[in-house]
Amino acid sequence: MEMKDKTKKTPVRKSQEKKSDKYYYASQWQLMGRKFRKHKLAMISAFVLMIFYLIAILGNFIAPQGTEQYDGKYVNCAPTPVHLFHEGKFVGPFVYGLKMERDPVTYMAHFAEDTEKICRLRFFTEGDEGGEYKWFGLIPSNIHLFKAEDGKVFLFGTDNMGRDLFSRVVLGAQISLFIPVAGMLMTLVLGLAIGSLAGYFGGWVDTVIQRIIEVVRSFPQVPLWMALSAAIPKTMKPAQVFMLMTVILSLVSWPGLARVVRSKFISVKKEDFIMAARISGAPADKLITRHMIPSFLSYIIVDMTMAIPGLIIGETTLSFLGLGLRSPATSWGVLLQETNKLETIMFYNWKLIPMIFVFLSVLAFNFMGDGLRDAADPYK
Amino acid sequence: MVKFIVRKLLIMALTVFLISLAVFFIITLPPGDFLTNYIGRLLAAGEQVNPAEIEALRAAYALDQPFFVQFWRWFSNIILRGDFGYSFSLSMPVTSVIKAYIVPTMALSIVTMLFTYLVSIPVGIYSAVHQYSFGDYAFTTICFLGQAVPNFLMAILLMFLAFKLTGDTMLGLFSPKFQNAPWSWERVLDLLKHCIIPVLVIGLNNTCGLIRTMRSQMLDELNKNYVMTGRAKGMKARAIRYKYCVRAAVNPIASSIGWSLVSIFTGTTITAIVLNLPSMGTVMYNALINQDMFLAGSWLFLMAIATVIGTFISDVLLAWLDPRARKEYLKG
Repeated sequence: MEMKDKTKKTPVRKSQEKKSDKYYYASQWQLMGRKFRKHKLAMISAFVLMIFYLIAILGNFIAPQGTEQYDGKYVNCAPTPVHLFHEGKFVGPFVYGLKMERDPVTYMAHFAEDTEKICRLRFFTEGDEGGEYKWFGLIPSNIHLFKAEDGKVFLFGTDNMGRDLFSRVVLGAQISLFIPVAGMLMTLVLGLAIGSLAGYFGGWVDTVIQRIIEVVRSFPQVPLWMALSAAIPKTMKPAQVFMLMTVILSLVSWPGLARVVRSKFISVKKEDFIMAARISGAPADKLITRHMIPSFLSYIIVDMTMAIPGLIIGETTLSFLGLGLRSPATSWGVLLQETNKLETIMFYNWKLIPMIFVFLSVLAFNFMGDGLRDAADPYK
Repeated sequence: MVKFIVRKLLIMALTVFLISLAVFFIITLPPGDFLTNYIGRLLAAGEQVNPAEIEALRAAYALDQPFFVQFWRWFSNIILRGDFGYSFSLSMPVTSVIKAYIVPTMALSIVTMLFTYLVSIPVGIYSAVHQYSFGDYAFTTICFLGQAVPNFLMAILLMFLAFKLTGDTMLGLFSPKFQNAPWSWERVLDLLKHCIIPVLVIGLNNTCGLIRTMRSQMLDELNKNYVMTGRAKGMKARAIRYKYCVRAAVNPIASSIGWSLVSIFTGTTITAIVLNLPSMGTVMYNALINQDMFLAGSWLFLMAIATVIGTFISDVLLAWLDPRARKEYLKG
């Protein structure tokens, strides 16, 4: 039985050997990439996140309205569906015109489709007045992805000031998706620097840093975020608030990372290759940045990816409470402020749409972190 | 063990002092001192400001003195006299504000904690014993989703659901009918009914985390050799599971009780604001919005102290429950 199997498997084995040869030649990062690609959920998440970030970067172009624009005529308008067929005939993408109606009993105003009027969607056209923006803050332009010809298209409806929710979700992504990443990078720098100081030098430096870490960690995260962001002056420009929020988020979250880095340092200090580098005369800074940090960098990256969801939730929560960015600047948390009133959810439930994006991005980061964690140890 | 506890206590005292320093720094962060803001608000409300009174307040809080003198005045008042300062937005001492709200806050936290443990431990055990079964996958999915939804969104969603299903939003801790009624059986029921949403919202995050920990701990234990030995000797699988595995797996969870209580305690902050519960979270939020920094700072201080105490309890519990950890602690 066994003999048979062996003879049968010989050709397969050869190709396997070639494969495994490749396996042994591959660098650590290549192996990680290969392992990550096997994790389907993580790959899908990475793809979703890539699209989200792309939309955020191209936000001003994709969003039909700018942050300052509003239309007092269309307040609390429900999402306008995009149609392709009018009375059975193909017209191409279009929306119907809008007419205001009142509920005969409650007299509440709402908008209904006016099926007489067809407003075709035009793509890559000049936007409305006030929709001007600058590509990457440099090249002025007013070209938007789409616009309804003498009509209004509100993909996600409008808010209580007649602002297009779709535009605000897209523009809000610029804040809600980039503050966490900026905060994470800052945490990374702080955590690596402080953690490596403590781990490398030990002694009293370590003791002092340990005490500081303990103090910062004693503060409950959310209330500390709240207290710090409440101190941001209300008159500040959105860009400055963005910077401060980043600093605040990272100020609260670096100790966790610093602790991990410290313990990694202590364990890696005793490794032979560090001893070899030291004997060869590598100075401390080179020893840290060239040999020690790269040896556990992959774990740190995983840790940081897993930390991003917390930062997204943090930013959203703070903005939701009115302690972060304020209108007309927009982030997903700012958009959700309106949902705090019950009547909003009851009558205008499309205002919960930003929630879906918070949810999806948090979930995607979680799954991606999971995939990265599996990939970080490619020899397993 | 005594030596270990004493050493921990000493470190704790130092940490508390540093925490108070940090808190006081945060209190003084907003531009202008709080007295100027207070005067501004009084004037805006069209009230008379008595210069002598202002001077007295300024002297009492040492506002014209350097930072460390101010800090020392604040800190010594807390330590020596239990005086947390004065809340200018509520016009009463911070101590009485805290007294009024600490009971509902603690009650809510403790009920939530009971819920967390009562749900997570059995579910964790079930998931581990029936690994890769439908139930296991279902709980894992719920946990992932539960951790992806921010607390405040969950609160809004449940509030909406409650309204759709029962016609009552379940805001606050009592229905208007029972708000000021004397204690009765119906009032208790009403209170419990209003606790459902907050407990679910606050507890969900923690419960999800604990289920994951319990599951992985239990899986570790189930794969150990002593289980095989026990089986070989003819013990029933069930007996091994509950007499040995669960006992060993529950240790880290039980010792995390201190941290859990704290995270629940602080987790109430956001939820309480959204659901309009009479808890310290709501008070702190209003204090922050009104820049009533003494009140906000005191609450932050109390929560940080609670964290320190919680960590202490956890450390001691772990050392008490687990001989291996005890040995390590005593060494280091």
